[in-house]
Amino acid sequence: MRTRTYTKALFGTLLVVVALVAACKKPAPQAPPPPPPPAVAPPARPTVTLQSSSTFIQKGESVTLTWSSTNATTLSLSPGVGNVSPEGSTRVTPPDSTTYTITATGPGGTADSSVHISVTAPPPPAPVTHEPSLQELFDKEVKDAFFDFDKADIRADARDALSQTGQFLRSYPQLKVVIEGHCDERGSTEYNLALGDRRAASAKQFLVSLGIPADRMETVSYGKERPFCSASTEECWQQNRRAHIIMAK
Amino acid sequence: MGMIRTSQRFSTKSVRCLPLCLSVFLCGFLSLLFAPPAASQDWFRTGTGLGVSKARVAVADFAGKSPSAQPLGIEFSDVVRSDLDFSGILELVSKSYYPLQSPSAPAELDTKAWTDAPASAQLLAFGNLSASGNSLEIQAWLNDVRNASLPPVIGKVYRGEVNDAQVRIFAHQFADEIISKLSGGLPGIASTQIAFVSNRSGNKEIWAMDYDGENQHQLTQLHTIALTPRWSPDATRIAFTCYAPPGSGSVLTAQICIQSMLTNHLISWPRFHGTNASPAWSPDGSQLMFMSSMYGSPELFVTDASGGHPKRITYSTGASTSPSWNPKTGQQVAFVSDRGGIPQLYTMNADGSSQTKVDLPDMGYVIDPAWSPNGQLLAFSWRRPNGNYDLYVMEIATRQLVELTRDAGRNERPSWAPDGRHLVFESTRTGTRQIWSMLADGTAARQLTKQGQNESPNWSPK
Repeated sequence: MRTRTYTKALFGTLLVVVALVAACKKPAPQAPPPPPPPAVAPPARPTVTLQSSSTFIQKGESVTLTWSSTNATTLSLSPGVGNVSPEGSTRVTPPDSTTYTITATGPGGTADSSVHISVTAPPPPAPVTHEPSLQELFDKEVKDAFFDFDKADIRADARDALSQTGQFLRSYPQLKVVIEGHCDERGSTEYNLALGDRRAASAKQFLVSLGIPADRMETVSYGKERPFCSASTEECWQQNRRAHIIMAK
Repeated sequence: MGMIRTSQRFSTKSVRCLPLCLSVFLCGFLSLLFAPPAASQDWFRTGTGLGVSKARVAVADFAGKSPSAQPLGIEFSDVVRSDLDFSGILELVSKSYYPLQSPSAPAELDTKAWTDAPASAQLLAFGNLSASGNSLEIQAWLNDVRNASLPPVIGKVYRGEVNDAQVRIFAHQFADEIISKLSGGLPGIASTQIAFVSNRSGNKEIWAMDYDGENQHQLTQLHTIALTPRWSPDATRIAFTCYAPPGSGSVLTAQICIQSMLTNHLISWPRFHGTNASPAWSPDGSQLMFMSSMYGSPELFVTDASGGHPKRITYSTGASTSPSWNPKTGQQVAFVSDRGGIPQLYTMNADGSSQTKVDLPDMGYVIDPAWSPNGQLLAFSWRRPNGNYDLYVMEIATRQLVELTRDAGRNERPSWAPDGRHLVFESTRTGTRQIWSMLADGTAARQLTKQGQNESPNWSPK
């Protein structure tokens, strides 16, 4: 009886193995599922992308706009470009900051894509970080001397002005100056040439007394020939009664 | 009126030269013309032969001998009339009183038509003008129409090219002949010129014009500043203040420049240190006096005519400028100095000795002295307190004063005509600075310039 049982078991095992082996093998091809019923599919939505070679430019520079699209029948790029092909690129030179928008239209609807170009004014030619020039320092530090009517005497305010001028001239010992004597319109042409000469000489003499060598200063009288101001008022006359100090060329 | 009145007159010279007159009869006429004034005469008049009745003179239209000559004949007559009118020594008969017929030669002269009222002329200028090809010929006479039997007082023939400018020149010459005869030999001024400063080119440059304002033309092109022109006594050069490089350095300073009227170019002249201005010729033309600060303060210096041998004349604490030589003596110089505080008038000898302040009866700036040709009068500009600059004439010997302008803007820089009867000056009376001339008694002012700003006139010595 035992033998029969063993045989039965062996057979059964064999069957299982065969079955397992069979199971490990490629499954037997199944019949394809029946196709779905033919429903009406909606058209695909168009897609579009727009890119720029740069989004920050200076006024006058150009950028390249590049775009691509799907499912679009017409593409319009604005402002200023118009209808374009489904894929492509173009160069634009926006005068000011501009948002470019491309609109794709197809059977599936519309889509758009935008890119903003910021346009900035060109920077100033040179950043103002230079040292002040000698002329600028001269104009800031050198003060003219003003005079009373028909006088060539150095007043207190002229003393202060010339002292400041003298300080500047001492710091720039290579600098030479011209002292121009000027007058208001009231005296005669000829007398004013003399008076202007004396004013220029007074200013020069005062600077010499401050230690500025005389050979650094030339004088010239313009009388009333080169007024700073032309109204017939005391304010204007005072502007014209002066020793005007300029850098020698 | 703070003015001093006087019976001072200056007709003695005219009386003295009477023996030179053309005819005995004419001498009689002129003696009447320049007879001493009535005792009641109480008038200060500058000039010659003023204060007596003036001769009535008519100028007939000069006949043109061809159609093209007719407008030139009219122009000639107009210029002669204008010159005679401005001379101040005669009375011009109004053209509307003239008879219809103008004589073109002595044979055609109907004296009665001119002596009768309303013309009532004593003297008649007339003549003719012919132009053939480019040859101009003008025959001109002056007749004493009250004495028909006398030969012409003047008979002249002028020949030259056919153009307006030449016709004007001949008209001035003929007018000067008439004026010289009627003033007893003193020169007429119709052929003189006036140098002045104008800014109409954009810079102040030296210009010149005929004495009547015609023919204004630019002499210098320095493009800087040119001021204070003064004719040399022989009228061949003009000294003036220019801005030019001095002897050393690169700065433009006031210097003396000399323009040749013969070559129309600057004559080389030395540059001095400092401010150099206001040149004045000695009457013999051998020296120039000018203001210079070459040694420091502005003083008067004298050099020879070519700028050599500069010599300092004044030494003072203030500025000295605006020299004017006495043209008669050459020994005195009037000038302006502020040594007393404000610009005042001074006189001195030409070597700098005897410096004397000329006292005036009031305060105020005194500038621009100009000595009259006879050496007896000083014209100057004076700004009395609360007033504007006005022109005055002072008789040096007596210090008597005549005010020539009043309430008519700034009046400055008088310059005498060589006849001593006229002054040219600058005035702002129109609102802009312009050149004017007038009789030396302040009457008959007429404006000579209109364009731009014009100043500093100087009358040519001949």
